[in-house]
Amino acid sequence: MNFETVIGLEVHVELKTKSKIFSSSPNAFGDHPNENINPKDLGFPGTLPVLNEEAVNYGMKAALALNCDIASETVFDRKHYFYPDNSAAYQISQDEQPIGENGWIDIEVNGEKKKIGIERIHLEEDAGKLTHGADSSLVDYNRQGTPLIEIVSEADIRSPEEAYAYLEKLKSIIQYTGVSDVRMEEGSLRCDANISLRPEGQEEFGTKTELKNLNSFAFVKSGLEHEVERQTEILSDGGTIEQETRRYDEKSKKTVLMRVKGSADDYRFFTDPDIVPLYIDEAWKEKIRAEIPELPDARMSRYIEELDLSAYDAGVITSTKEMADFFEKTVNLNADAKQAANWLMGDLSAHLNKQGLELHDLAITPEGLAKMINLVKDGTISSKIAKKVFAELLENGGDPEKIVKEKGLVQISDEGQLKEVITQVLDENEQSIADYKDGKGRALGFLVGQVMKATKGQANPQMANKILEEEINKR
Amino acid sequence: MSLYNYTIKQVETMLKNKEISAEELANQSLGQIKAVDEDVQAFLTVTEEDALQKAQAIDEEAAYDAPLAGIPAAIKDNIVTNGVPTTAASRMLENFTDPLYNAAVVEKLQAARAVSMGKVNLDEFAMGSSTETSAFKKTTNPWNKDYVPGGSSGGSAASVASGEVMFSLGTDTGGSIRQPASFTGLVGMKPTYGLVSRYGVIAFASSLDQVGPLTRTVEDNARVLEVIAGVDERDATSRDAAVPSYREALQENVKGLKIAVPKQFLGEGVSSDVRESVENALKMFELLGASWEEVNLPHLAYADATYSVISSGEAASSLARYDGVRYGHRSEQATDMIDMYKQSRTEGFGEEVKRRLLFGTTVLTGERNETFFRQAQKVRTLIGNDFEAAFNQYDIIVGPTTPTAAFKFNEKVDPLTMYMNDMLTVPANLAGLPALSIPSGYTELGLPLGLQLIGKHFDEELLYRVAYTFEQATNHHKKRPSNGGTQE
Repeated sequence: MNFETVIGLEVHVELKTKSKIFSSSPNAFGDHPNENINPKDLGFPGTLPVLNEEAVNYGMKAALALNCDIASETVFDRKHYFYPDNSAAYQISQDEQPIGENGWIDIEVNGEKKKIGIERIHLEEDAGKLTHGADSSLVDYNRQGTPLIEIVSEADIRSPEEAYAYLEKLKSIIQYTGVSDVRMEEGSLRCDANISLRPEGQEEFGTKTELKNLNSFAFVKSGLEHEVERQTEILSDGGTIEQETRRYDEKSKKTVLMRVKGSADDYRFFTDPDIVPLYIDEAWKEKIRAEIPELPDARMSRYIEELDLSAYDAGVITSTKEMADFFEKTVNLNADAKQAANWLMGDLSAHLNKQGLELHDLAITPEGLAKMINLVKDGTISSKIAKKVFAELLENGGDPEKIVKEKGLVQISDEGQLKEVITQVLDENEQSIADYKDGKGRALGFLVGQVMKATKGQANPQMANKILEEEINKR
Repeated sequence: MSLYNYTIKQVETMLKNKEISAEELANQSLGQIKAVDEDVQAFLTVTEEDALQKAQAIDEEAAYDAPLAGIPAAIKDNIVTNGVPTTAASRMLENFTDPLYNAAVVEKLQAARAVSMGKVNLDEFAMGSSTETSAFKKTTNPWNKDYVPGGSSGGSAASVASGEVMFSLGTDTGGSIRQPASFTGLVGMKPTYGLVSRYGVIAFASSLDQVGPLTRTVEDNARVLEVIAGVDERDATSRDAAVPSYREALQENVKGLKIAVPKQFLGEGVSSDVRESVENALKMFELLGASWEEVNLPHLAYADATYSVISSGEAASSLARYDGVRYGHRSEQATDMIDMYKQSRTEGFGEEVKRRLLFGTTVLTGERNETFFRQAQKVRTLIGNDFEAAFNQYDIIVGPTTPTAAFKFNEKVDPLTMYMNDMLTVPANLAGLPALSIPSGYTELGLPLGLQLIGKHFDEELLYRVAYTFEQATNHHKKRPSNGGTQE
């Protein structure tokens, strides 16, 4: 029997507001433990939550960018559970009426486009963080109160590849809106996955398992792949799937049982009486909508149509807003779009990956890149020299023209000067001339290399080739 | 002098005329505390040094224009005070010596230059009607120490009734200001929900809690409310509107006033002396030119049950944070994390609190969340609608504050009988309406009785005007309790 895979993803995204969602403490990652806290964050008696409007704006912006309907009236609810990282013993969340509903995003897998539905997006507060020692545990409440949105997809995803594509697209869109850093390694994006199988053609969903500890998109995909295998095996043997929570084990690349889900957890939800209902009118919603920048899909189409980039190149360039903005600025400074894309996707991306850096960590500017591309175009430098200039721009930035001058990298295009060098090279390589004349094409390449070596790479390659051939033929 | 014989207004004049200093006032207050608190048992913490320092500063600066300059006050111990223990009368917070911040109302009292003498007793976490559930002491009724002072603001009431301080702050979730005010012959105001900031008030039931003043006279009460009322951005439920001058509302005039008396307020369980005092009051109002009619507020019959479900459900949530992790009592016996939670809460909370937390958790769990808790919210709306309908025709609602006068210690051992004592006060909390209790007579045994006035939302001015008119026309507020510092 063939089975169809059904996947739904729950993604938590931390919003990078200045202060926390219900208190005035700073919202910052990476500070010393318990530095960004006040009595409210510690759940001290008498403290009250006050909703941070910026968190509402950010949540709404993400929801709008993901094509959600925005609730005109919503409340916040208390979700109760006891745990040391949960200082009030309840988390303030949105149970009854999320801020956003009925959204969707487009994904593309193996050239096929597909819409994935988003059931709901709700605002809530994050909990603190526990560190377990040998016989004690420590709690850091810095993260307590960090604004979160939880994005719950419809069960529209049919394969681990689609799940991966959904996450990539989701991350890209949210990153474009600027409401979150969406860095999985810092926990500003977290993902849980629900997965079940059903016989092909069957309407009804099978029993699902929930996967946790998915610390990268690759692990999400790998964990789901393993889970598809595991469930297929059980069902094919006539077994049944247990409703359970499973943890992805990075070492074995398998999922392992965490706990069997009994009756649904009871969080004793009720509307938080300390927070007044939130009303969102059209004007507020439209103000936020107007702040959303052009999103990756729209940009990608524009680059394909207006700038003649390939779909692949346009996709890579627009995957982060920072890269796309850099690209666009470079092109607006009259640089060739294809050249700009090549430099960004090639040497620059390689450098970023190798050093583990981000674009804004580098010294290079769009002005620098544009000027360099145009120096190649007008023949001032060769593309080989350009690589040297580019490396310098990555490290130290600066003006390419100055770099070229100071380092004496200007291309030699003077025919007399080139002829002089070439004559000398030919004199020293009689054998290569003979080889060339015998029809060994490689010999010309060797001679060009010698010319470049003699000119420290500065010889204009086209001219050097031409003069070389002329001079050989003369002999 | 005895503080008992003066109003805040009189003291203000005396201070300005240099007939007395703030320091002398503080010493008077501290002297009375030393003299009677062994009997009254109102105070959990006396902040003598701080009080004297603050009083001296007022004298040095001659800051007598401040609205409550030098006036000795007491603060219910569920209102947090920076650097001063705040226990909610619970073992759970016995060692909670520093909440690290001041409640909004405490800031306001300090800015008005009132001088706090310390923190006063209450039912544990404000859950009770007699102050007997305090983990620390039994506060007595200054009128007769065999009787309870009421609760949960029993310490607040007793400290004013015994002349230890000139006013106190209480909190009222289901009658906790009005009932003790009634039991001790005081004026007690539960303001409209949202008039006074709850920031720094230890939550019992957040949708019902309000802070308010207990005083000997209506004028003192209006004066204190003027100081503590007003919007606070740290409490999202506080109303953003200017605070009227309540003292300006104090006119002797009830001509043409239309009074409604819910028949449920004089029904079963209301004692004959209470009923009689209400009837006398109504006659008095008629003489003064007002009229009254009996009205039917049908859903009041469910007020008690509705209150129990909502207040206990919210309490189970508000008090979940007391887990011994960050502050408060942590059990020494615990063997692991879950056990630490269980043991700490078992040891830290008293009977009555546990009863309500269990009940509250029950009504929020599973399908009871729908059939009890949400159902209660709906009935709450209906009760509010009943009041609204009445206020379409009448200006004010009048009735008794409590079904009986103060009872003896250990008299109400059955929790249900105890809860019945709240049946006349909880409706105003459920509807968020302002309600005030004013002395309206005495039982044969000489225990005070209280008349309750309930007004429209944010119509505290009318309550004060009616109360003031009644007070000026009667002598109830002039009587002195036995433990009250009547001697000069």
